[in-house]
Amino acid sequence: MASAALAHSHAPEHAHYTSTGLNSNKIAIWAFIGSECFFFASLISTYLIYKGRSIVGPFPHEACNPPVCATALKPILNIPVTSTSTFVLLMSSLAMVLAHSAVVRGDRKYSKIWLAMTALLGSTFLGFQAYEFTSFVHEGLKITTNLFGSSFFVLTGFHGAHVTAGVLWLMTLLFIDIRRGLAPRDAINVDCCALYWHFVDVVWIAIFTLVYLIK
Amino acid sequence: MAADHSSSDAHTAPTPHAHEEHHPDWGTYKWVALILTVITVGEVWIYYLPNFTSTRFFVPTLLTLSAVKFAIVVMFYMHLKYDAKLFRALFTGPLTIAIIAVISLLFLFGHLAIRA
Repeated sequence: MASAALAHSHAPEHAHYTSTGLNSNKIAIWAFIGSECFFFASLISTYLIYKGRSIVGPFPHEACNPPVCATALKPILNIPVTSTSTFVLLMSSLAMVLAHSAVVRGDRKYSKIWLAMTALLGSTFLGFQAYEFTSFVHEGLKITTNLFGSSFFVLTGFHGAHVTAGVLWLMTLLFIDIRRGLAPRDAINVDCCALYWHFVDVVWIAIFTLVYLIK
Repeated sequence: MAADHSSSDAHTAPTPHAHEEHHPDWGTYKWVALILTVITVGEVWIYYLPNFTSTRFFVPTLLTLSAVKFAIVVMFYMHLKYDAKLFRALFTGPLTIAIIAVISLLFLFGHLAIRA
């Protein structure tokens, strides 16, 4: 009885539950994530199809010397930097689950801390990506340079756009938490944001292996 | 009669959060983060082994490690291991079709081939 009352008190005031007993917002975010699988699969398959078919450098893993390239170019992917940014994104997922856990508990202090930490780590990842894109352009790789440049910038650029959307969503939740506090009844909204954030993380897990590590 | 009706409602009415209460605790999240970090370090370490990168085991090993990381995040951080089956279907269904589409395209464009 008490647990039923507690479960009811955790339900958002305006939440819509379907006949399955599942929250409609959560069903919607899972359906959206399902559709995003197709989106990123199309970008990843485009990258893989064009992999190794660039006529001119810079190339991802191989050095490019004259006469193929006008000047000598080294392999363009910077694995240590990308490994660090991958670690940052993985840790942001940990911060996100801890933020959700704090909201469920009604712990307002730690919900703010972990939401801010997740947004900060997400922003750090974006900073790494901006550094990587800038250094690539300085080394002669632009979106129009070759097939690698086109497919690489489109794939990682769209992932970066998703991370940016996630950071904005997190900052909105943090703003609400600071203004009026996120109560356990808001946990479903934080859960939807967390699902999106973790999906962005798993997409990067695939990109890191397929684009950066496989030669 | 009225009692029967309320009893029937109790069985058929949606139970909010019925599938959302079995989330892991801090200890599980900590171990998941540690395992993900170790696997990532392992992936990068493999990348810098010249003797291993030239073998035919290099790509399958990286793909397996990546798949393990993917599955761990989806099961524990996205709570799919503990959540409703409908959520599992909404994610694994499109994911399976997407993976089949990627592999089919790689066969179609000659990046993968079946050796007779």
